[in-house]
Amino acid sequence: MSIRERLSGNEASAFAMRQINPDVVAAFPITPSTEIPQYFSTFVANGAVDTEFVAVESEHSAMSACIGAEAAGARAMTATSANGLSLMWEMIYIASSLRLPIVMSLVNRAVSGPLNIHNDHSDAMGVRDSGWIMLFSENNQEAYDNLLMAHRIAEHKDVMLPLMVCQDGFITSHSIENIMLEEDSEVKKFVGTYKPEHYLLNRKEPIAVGPLDLQAYLFEHKAQQAKAMKNAKQVILDTAKDFEAWTGRHYGLFEEYKLADSELAIVCMNSTAGTAKYTVDRLREKGIKAGLLKVRVYRPFPAEEIAKALSKCKAVAVLDKSDSLNAAGGALFTDVTSGMFVNNINVPTVNYVYGIGGRDVPSTDIESVYTDLAEIAKTGNIGNPYRYLGLRTKEGK
Amino acid sequence: MDNLIEIRWHGRGGQGAKTASLLLADAAFNTGKYIQGFPEYGPERMGAPITAYNRISDTPITVHSNIYEPDYVVVVDDTLLESVNVTAGLKTNGAIVINTTKSAEYLKSVLKGYEGKIYTIDARKVSMDCLGKYFPNTPMLAAIVKVTGIMSDEAFIQDMEGSFKHKFAKKPEVIEGNMNAIKMALNEVKSI
Repeated sequence: MSIRERLSGNEASAFAMRQINPDVVAAFPITPSTEIPQYFSTFVANGAVDTEFVAVESEHSAMSACIGAEAAGARAMTATSANGLSLMWEMIYIASSLRLPIVMSLVNRAVSGPLNIHNDHSDAMGVRDSGWIMLFSENNQEAYDNLLMAHRIAEHKDVMLPLMVCQDGFITSHSIENIMLEEDSEVKKFVGTYKPEHYLLNRKEPIAVGPLDLQAYLFEHKAQQAKAMKNAKQVILDTAKDFEAWTGRHYGLFEEYKLADSELAIVCMNSTAGTAKYTVDRLREKGIKAGLLKVRVYRPFPAEEIAKALSKCKAVAVLDKSDSLNAAGGALFTDVTSGMFVNNINVPTVNYVYGIGGRDVPSTDIESVYTDLAEIAKTGNIGNPYRYLGLRTKEGK
Repeated sequence: MDNLIEIRWHGRGGQGAKTASLLLADAAFNTGKYIQGFPEYGPERMGAPITAYNRISDTPITVHSNIYEPDYVVVVDDTLLESVNVTAGLKTNGAIVINTTKSAEYLKSVLKGYEGKIYTIDARKVSMDCLGKYFPNTPMLAAIVKVTGIMSDEAFIQDMEGSFKHKFAKKPEVIEGNMNAIKMALNEVKSI
């Protein structure tokens, strides 16, 4: 039976890791994810888990230790944020190309510089093409649930890719909220044991991991990674189905909130989706057909499914909590609009870069986006497709 | 978010406003409510102005932003009254609770004509009497529970006893003092 509790997003993530009881956790502290390895190390010290906790000297080493552990045949986890992920960069690609299903909790924070410890998605967006599965979480509950589903997805034989569970730094990582937790024994049963097909410590099958891979094979290996990422979509859905049968909590590739009959839709990820739901409800009371599409699975990107879900809208706004600084638009916007284009769906769509460096996102800001969308739907005139939301101007607005 | 109550805390780093907001969230959670308790992290340091928030509701809370139109404001340190706009957005049918010994005339003047209810408590006196040290957050927690009426005094006292036993598992000697501070503060808070 589910247990009613109140935990912060970091507490919930550490709690999930305790229940998963991985063989190895290697981590280096960085705000705002520090509490996850901190709480977890307490579980290690108290004997609540039998994990080998490796207190490394840097994030590069944290990811390297996870790679070594997974290659050896163990289940490894880590947690980090922003510049910690930046320092892992080299090893992030090694992990995915060696097909090691490491699971990471990424507590999203702005990548320096200048130095900022608060939330945006620039850390996650920096590794969006690295071959990791990326799940985003609206709140503590989703951060917890996504971690419970993570190993079933990552370790599936058709997938074998590393996976990161993202949540918003401070906004959900440090906010105490209600949550439903599952029993230890039930989690253990659901997550299962990791039985790798090939691993270094298998005496019966001597293998090399990570040798030189030149013109003759690298291309094919990259195509295999791409295939695995495609396969992940169905595995994610199958896992969510089993998870729902167990907990009653439903997950898909994305969540549609009052989207079916909506004319004006926002697409966004993580905690802002919650504020958008509140805004949608208020606008619906006024008879405005507002809706929301919250992306949960960002990699693999459900391009066709999202495009179809938005096809009946009259205007769409994609909210990016990271600026791509490319003079064209944020990463989520580019993904959504290219998905619409190749699927012959032509709905006026604009981009808002918002919430950078922890800039608060009140519901009034979200409401202003729907107001803009109503105007676009009425006139058919997109104007500038690449906009800001919540940016201070010279006039002091 | 039915019967939503939104509370904003103003304090200074080190006074425990964040802890108080988390304890309030705990207490409300234990009455069956949906809760949020979160601080607004800035450049944290001792003595710097800090803000923390609570949302308490009968139904799930989805909003994840700071609170701009609170029902209640708690001011843990009255030296903030002249430097921070503590009544910004505060609903006039709500209330502000201030840790102070200043006169009603002074408070009315610095609150710039705030039309809602103003409550005061001398949390320093309560804390010094009960704990022998200045920890204003426990009395302020009791004061806001009393003013909002989110739970009965009895239920709150019982709940805090459990919370303190957990929180101070390694320092049980401070539990009694904190409990006395809670009980005293429930009676000391007054309307001006």
